[in-house]
Amino acid sequence: MTFQPIKFYQTGSFVVGNRLLGENLRTVQSDIARSDSLTLGHRACQGCGEALGARYALDAAMRATGNKILATNATGCLEVFTTPYPETSWQIPWLHSVFGNTAAVATGMAAALRVKGREDIRVVAQAGDGGTEDIGFGCLSGMFERNDDVLFICYDNQAYMNTGVQRSGATPPAVRTATTEAVGSHPGNVFGQGKNLPQIAMAHEIPYVATATVAELHDLEAKVEKAMSMRGARYLHILVPCPLGWGSDPSATIKIARLAKETGLFPVFEAESGEVTGVSKIRHRLPVESYLSEQRRYAHLFKPVENREVLDRIQAMADRNVRRFGLLEEEVANNTPREQ
Amino acid sequence: MGKDVRLLFDPFGIRIHGRGGQGVVTAAELLSVAAFLEGLHAQAFPSFGSERMGAPVVAFCRISTRTIRTREPISAPDALIIQDVTLIHQLDVFSGVNPFGYVLINTSRTFDELGLGEFIERFDRTHVLTVPATEIALEHLGRPVANAVLLAGFAAMSNAVSLGSVSEAIKRRFSGITADKNVAAAESAFNFVMKELEGSRSLSGVYHEGAKDSSDA
Amino acid sequence: MLEQIEGSRAVAKAVALCRPEVVCAYPISPQTHIVEALGVLVKTGELSPCEFINVESEFAAMSVAIGASATGGRAYTATASQGLLFMIEAIYNAAGLGLPIVMTLANRAIGAPINIWNDHSDAMAVRDSGWIQLFAETNQDAVDLHIQAFRLAEEISMPVMVCMDGFILTHAVEEVDTPSQGQVDAFLPKFVPRQVLDVDDPVSIGAMVGPEAFSEVRYLAHAKQLQAKEKIPGISREFELIFGHPAGGLVNGYRLENADTVVVAMGSLLGTIKDAVDDLAEEGKKVGVLGITTFRPFPLEEVYAYLSEARRVVTIEKAFAVGMGGILATDVATSLNRVRIDQYSVIAGLGGRAITKASVRSLLEDAIDDRLEPLTFLDLDHELVEREITRMRESKRSGPTAENLIRDAQLKKFSRTQRDG
Repeated sequence: MTFQPIKFYQTGSFVVGNRLLGENLRTVQSDIARSDSLTLGHRACQGCGEALGARYALDAAMRATGNKILATNATGCLEVFTTPYPETSWQIPWLHSVFGNTAAVATGMAAALRVKGREDIRVVAQAGDGGTEDIGFGCLSGMFERNDDVLFICYDNQAYMNTGVQRSGATPPAVRTATTEAVGSHPGNVFGQGKNLPQIAMAHEIPYVATATVAELHDLEAKVEKAMSMRGARYLHILVPCPLGWGSDPSATIKIARLAKETGLFPVFEAESGEVTGVSKIRHRLPVESYLSEQRRYAHLFKPVENREVLDRIQAMADRNVRRFGLLEEEVANNTPREQ
Repeated sequence: MGKDVRLLFDPFGIRIHGRGGQGVVTAAELLSVAAFLEGLHAQAFPSFGSERMGAPVVAFCRISTRTIRTREPISAPDALIIQDVTLIHQLDVFSGVNPFGYVLINTSRTFDELGLGEFIERFDRTHVLTVPATEIALEHLGRPVANAVLLAGFAAMSNAVSLGSVSEAIKRRFSGITADKNVAAAESAFNFVMKELEGSRSLSGVYHEGAKDSSDA
Repeated sequence: MLEQIEGSRAVAKAVALCRPEVVCAYPISPQTHIVEALGVLVKTGELSPCEFINVESEFAAMSVAIGASATGGRAYTATASQGLLFMIEAIYNAAGLGLPIVMTLANRAIGAPINIWNDHSDAMAVRDSGWIQLFAETNQDAVDLHIQAFRLAEEISMPVMVCMDGFILTHAVEEVDTPSQGQVDAFLPKFVPRQVLDVDDPVSIGAMVGPEAFSEVRYLAHAKQLQAKEKIPGISREFELIFGHPAGGLVNGYRLENADTVVVAMGSLLGTIKDAVDDLAEEGKKVGVLGITTFRPFPLEEVYAYLSEARRVVTIEKAFAVGMGGILATDVATSLNRVRIDQYSVIAGLGGRAITKASVRSLLEDAIDDRLEPLTFLDLDHELVEREITRMRESKRSGPTAENLIRDAQLKKFSRTQRDG
């Protein structure tokens, strides 16, 4: 058999297909021997980004630790859809306590393991954006500040989806939610609110902070693996589109996650001890409309008439991310439509 | 109970007044430990407030030959130990004091100078004393911490606990040189008071003014 | 070893002898001395292996304990008052999950108005949470109950709260017979968790349960409390065999034989009551005392057994259900619903108000003479209350009550001084 050079990105999606890679470069998910930490049969919606994110992240963590993971979970979609009575989708030891205490529960788990001399077993804490940024923030900050040996993963779908799509501290401006309705003179969520948790995590100067999306599986798994190679408090913030809350096509979850990154609205980067050490460059920069128009939560920006002012403000946010994190390759930057 | 020790009252209630930072609570604790070492039952507790330096603080100690069950504060003390003399005209430190009981004030002044000459006349002469405990503490410890010193004075005056027990309580609470210095200061205060008491016994019926002049102890 | 020691330090020693593996600490008066002392024991290595974790809130303290316990670690924390309320979601969660955490509650009032002193409002706020609640009368009791608490918690896999009166016990220096490591080891076996996060045998803990089985799960929590009620007397007997003195149990009686008036109470207040009752006995009055050591599960049958022959029962407690009355009194009344006994409910010692022997005595004399109201607030300044009610009636904007009472009381004190001076 003769070899020919493989051309990546041949589908136009910038995704490297596993089948084109050598065995050792393939994702954990492509491996038939993956742990299936979160196994099939759960009750998540079609196209759930959180289910994907959790599955990818935990299986990667399992591989990285030789299958020695204890997981804890905040209240929220992930908790509800994985453990509907009388079933559980978790094939790893898993604990749910309450909504706002996940990081502290993880601290306790890690402490017990340390006392028992079982530091080979690692702790992963998981929460949605509400359980991370809002109600769970105090415990999270405490866990960071003590540098407890925990990987905390935030599955960010930018609102309280479990309770019916209400605004959280992670909800972006202009988004329509059940508590930021698309009515009045300034429809949707207001500008100038919300917080950037990855940067707050960095301010704690913990060993590792990273962002990722469910669109880039290699990147996500590599970050989990890196996080598990380190000790102390680590934070992984994964953007997970929610078809229900975002009003997007369930089949478009991966695409939308990719657009979030490619427009610059969701910077993908990693940081160690408070300093940015790596940035996933935008490969083909797109205007924010390409991302927003896929989601009904932004529909009021396009219909009945286009709201140019708000779209420009959102574009400005993307532009600021691009500048702040250096998201563009220099030569690519010159070709982007809005930077000319 | 040590053979030289006797409780004039049983239970014997002691109230200690001072200010935050002067070791008032520690004094009550040390006294209770000294009583414990005598084989007596004792209970020490502070009047619980938010802890602030300089604020008036009260602590209590009950000593008894029987098990102590009550938890109420001591409103009618059998002995008053006043660590900070500036309190006497600010608070009613003498409130409820047993007229057959004891009053010990940390000061280098006399009762007359404090304006208490008339007040103390209702007490037995050998039951009311001023002790320059701060001066004694400064001399021995280099710090104006008079709590342990006063306890030795109280031991001498009341016989409720012995000097040996007070010294042992100090040694259990503090260590090394701090303990040694406190014990030395306590011995000095004990001797001072014993001398004072001799004086007041010999001056039967005559109010003594010895505290100021005898600060060589 | 018999020693003269502060209650908090004695409890810290006892807890350390129980070899907790994770201790989490968040400061709140009057609980601080306990965890401070434990922190020292961990740092010097006297308590080892143990993780001492300074957390950022009481909510985190209980949550860390939950994580540690679910991972098979013996977990301990301590709190009081506002701290207990701040952790209340995790309190219910720990009980719901059936995790054998032991916690000291240094009983303190709940604000507003803010108050750091002792009463039992905090414990009462979580009486229905599923935690077992034991009340200490003395510091010896507090020490003994902590050791029994770990044993009981782990035997039935439920959390246990040892309630000791804030300041009154925590800061009191008195004699305590602190046990030896050998005694505690003989009494308290190694912790074998009923459920544990184990990589070799994965389980899901804390899964969602719907209407299909929620009642059953809740009933099982009740069943565990009933089981605790069965076990507590046995644990108490075994404790006495090893440690040489009685402690714990469901209830403790005093002078109950032929008593026609019985006082029911919990905690350190019992000491003052016993003194008052002794005085009354000298005058030939037949008054007995029933101390409730185990408040949850409530010993309904035992209370009935001790009280059913009495003519009247006076329950004195340091908390009350606003708009209703005594809480312990209501539980006592439930015990006695088969018999006709005059029952009096007395609320006393709120927010640290001293309960004096004189007050208790005159209260009991009133009860004996059947002059007592069914619900009495001991030593309440009725005039102060009436004047505030008048102010509220007269002005819609009468201002904050706490400040009004402070000002009123000051004015009254001033005018009294003027008059007397």
